[in-house]
Amino acid sequence: MKAEILSELVRARAEKRPVVLATRLSNGFEKLVYQTDTQAEKWLVEAVSEVLRADKGRVQADPDGEDWFLNPFNPPLRLVILGAVHIAQPLSKMAELANYDVTVIDPRTAFASEERFPGVTLVTEWPDEAMEKIDLDTRTAVVTLTHDPKLDDPGLHAALKSPCFYIGALGSRKTHGTRVERLTEAGFSEDEIARIHGPVGLAIGARSPAEIAISIMAQMTERLRT
Amino acid sequence: MNEPPETISEMDHDKVLEQASNWLKDGHKVALATVIETWGSAPRPVGSQLAIRDDATFTGSVSGGCIEGDVVTRALDKLDGGAAEVVEYGVSDAKAWEVGLACGGRIRIMIEPVEGNA
Repeated sequence: MKAEILSELVRARAEKRPVVLATRLSNGFEKLVYQTDTQAEKWLVEAVSEVLRADKGRVQADPDGEDWFLNPFNPPLRLVILGAVHIAQPLSKMAELANYDVTVIDPRTAFASEERFPGVTLVTEWPDEAMEKIDLDTRTAVVTLTHDPKLDDPGLHAALKSPCFYIGALGSRKTHGTRVERLTEAGFSEDEIARIHGPVGLAIGARSPAEIAISIMAQMTERLRT
Repeated sequence: MNEPPETISEMDHDKVLEQASNWLKDGHKVALATVIETWGSAPRPVGSQLAIRDDATFTGSVSGGCIEGDVVTRALDKLDGGAAEVVEYGVSDAKAWEVGLACGGRIRIMIEPVEGNA
């Protein structure tokens, strides 16, 4: 690999641009191909788009029969947590370990403080405004933790209108029942509402905030990978 | 916040390229190893990377620790102008068994020096 390719790749990752490193296996020749790159050969443009979508590298022969290794580098996964509550503290730490970019939204500045969430992106606007500014794409998960419909519901509305890969909402079955009623009244269909995991997390008997965070991380991972 | 300069923690495992780039900037020679294909129960998925520095320090992983030793040795041999190489490890290969891919899987790894200065 040429040093220039390495530094361009590192820069693309820092700028969160999806890119594929293509390596011709017979001689180690390498080039970077971006998702937006339409100048590359047709087979390569198609293959680049596929490996980025699958987020999985592969060896593929070009039209001349030469084998290439295509290695996708997608921007990090993202977790948007609504509610800077106790559970959000271990959850944001665990998500960082699993390579998520974490954003915590809570207009209550006593909760969303740097002391409670060192190094985490904190947004203290109201959830509807805050969510509007975030691109909830297929590599994003949304978890609501406030227990307060005034705060949780705008986040769930935004999540349900997006293709995000995971939506979780903290609350008991009873709480979730009333939530479903509110969302139905707001015009969401049964199928749409079924995207929400509520009660949130895998049923592992979690009790403490950290254990609940583990159950949420496990469920997010399951949705992402299976 | 200051990063501890020489600590290579679990956190860095997904920052392999960034680490390689920093080593290069510090004047080290560096090689990269990448899992390009797997069969059966391979320990690390396609795309997993290992960066190797000229003093045999490494970060990242291409297996659960089974073949890193052999990969590092081969990578160090390439630091003075060697070419990229694809190596296959698996139980069917007596040499690979020696270096210990005991999980029963088979993997192909590309090992390449980084050429030029950062």
